[in-house]
Amino acid sequence: MIPAAFDYVAPTTVDSAVRALAEAGDEAKVIAGGQSLLPVLRMRLAAPTKLIDLGRIPEMRGVRDGGDHLVIGAMTTHYDVQRDPLVAEHAELIKLATDTVADPQVRHRGTFGGSLAHADPAGDLLAPALALDARFIVSGMDGRRTVSAADFFVDFFTTALHQAEILVEVHVPKHTGWTAHYEKFQRVAQAWSIVGVAATVRAEAGKIAEARIALTNMASVPIRATAVEDALIGKQATAENIKSAAEHAAEGTSPTTDGNADPAYRQHLARVLTSRALTAAAGV
Amino acid sequence: MRITVTVDGIEYADDVEPRQLLVHYLRDKLGKVGTVVGCDTSNCGSCTVHLDGHSVKSCSVLAVQAHGSEVTTIEGLARDGKLHPVQQAFHDNHALQCGFCTPGMIMQSIDLLADNPDPDEAAVRHGLEGNLCRCTGYQNIVKAVRDAAHQMRPGAGPEVERVDEPHVSRTKSQISGGER
Ligand code: FES
Ligand code: FES
Repeated sequence: MIPAAFDYVAPTTVDSAVRALAEAGDEAKVIAGGQSLLPVLRMRLAAPTKLIDLGRIPEMRGVRDGGDHLVIGAMTTHYDVQRDPLVAEHAELIKLATDTVADPQVRHRGTFGGSLAHADPAGDLLAPALALDARFIVSGMDGRRTVSAADFFVDFFTTALHQAEILVEVHVPKHTGWTAHYEKFQRVAQAWSIVGVAATVRAEAGKIAEARIALTNMASVPIRATAVEDALIGKQATAENIKSAAEHAAEGTSPTTDGNADPAYRQHLARVLTSRALTAAAGV
Repeated sequence: MRITVTVDGIEYADDVEPRQLLVHYLRDKLGKVGTVVGCDTSNCGSCTVHLDGHSVKSCSVLAVQAHGSEVTTIEGLARDGKLHPVQQAFHDNHALQCGFCTPGMIMQSIDLLADNPDPDEAAVRHGLEGNLCRCTGYQNIVKAVRDAAHQMRPGAGPEVERVDEPHVSRTKSQISGGER
């Protein structure tokens, strides 16, 4: 299968990429690692007239220490995120979720920012970004603005990015000393998550002092399981407490039906996987 | 668009359409038909090559994205008529039946061994999760990768792909899989 013809540019700075995008108009598309876009183009589910490749912009790659947060360049590959010592130390949840993305070949090309901007509700990095209150730095013709994770994801495959805006980097508040786990349920190794649960906790003297939990594919956007968080805080980290808190995981959700699951089954999965994720995160 | 790519140690300069996939450039333009297309949906991994030392699915990379890069295909592994240790291990362990998945399996296995020179069974299976085989049931593929790890110790690394210098020193018996 061969994509429809398109023009191609590979700018070397964010500013020139934004300019190229603004000039090209609605029919242009940004390509990051291309691991979601190229299959779509091959199947001709989309036929942009121009691709703007972000792959040759050095300033968009890599992870650095921003003080109270990490700065993850949008074009940092999954492979590099997996191996980054800062991510492992201050945002373990992101590392663990990234470990489960697709397969090694895809992780060599696919990027952190590309996955987030693609906003597939079954994508594994959206829930961790939401759970950790990540901030999205986007660049457009009028300069840069910051969008919170809660505002960034708008709908299925839809974000707060405007037509001529590019996600440049993501700021992830440090969660040093928090333990984490990402638990997902999928049909086969490479399949999308039917449901996923991102959980990270901070324990103090055997009690859960803080907890952040977000769900993958339980809505058109990632959602926080705040009822579970509330039920956990201040409790001893025991199997019974985790299990009873996890019973709240599907509260207020109305997940979709697809070939894999109906809403009731997804809600069941949310409860079971939340329990597993918390058990692993809390080391119970 | 004009691209310059080094493939299996030889530099090529070609005009390509931006929409041309790397796998089609390799096969149709350069005649590197050892790299095959199994699924065209990024699932099967049979099109796996190394791009600047890392495995990628060449059906999911544009040829223009490889501009300025180095590509290694299954055809660039053998040295002086001798198979790469991973190729030899697939042969010795009967790790293929129809052979369609084999180029990708071998390229991914080499990548895996560069990251983890001594993987246990679970690590091999996990490292090959992006490659599908419809024939073997994977048993002998896993065996072959672990055998290759054994043969290549210490460390395969990207060194084995360097064409301009002698790579990892291997003894004759290791290359041929023992005296026969
Ligand atoms: S042909 Fe590329 S993954 Fe199957
Ligand atoms: S040997 Fe036939 S697909 Fe693997």
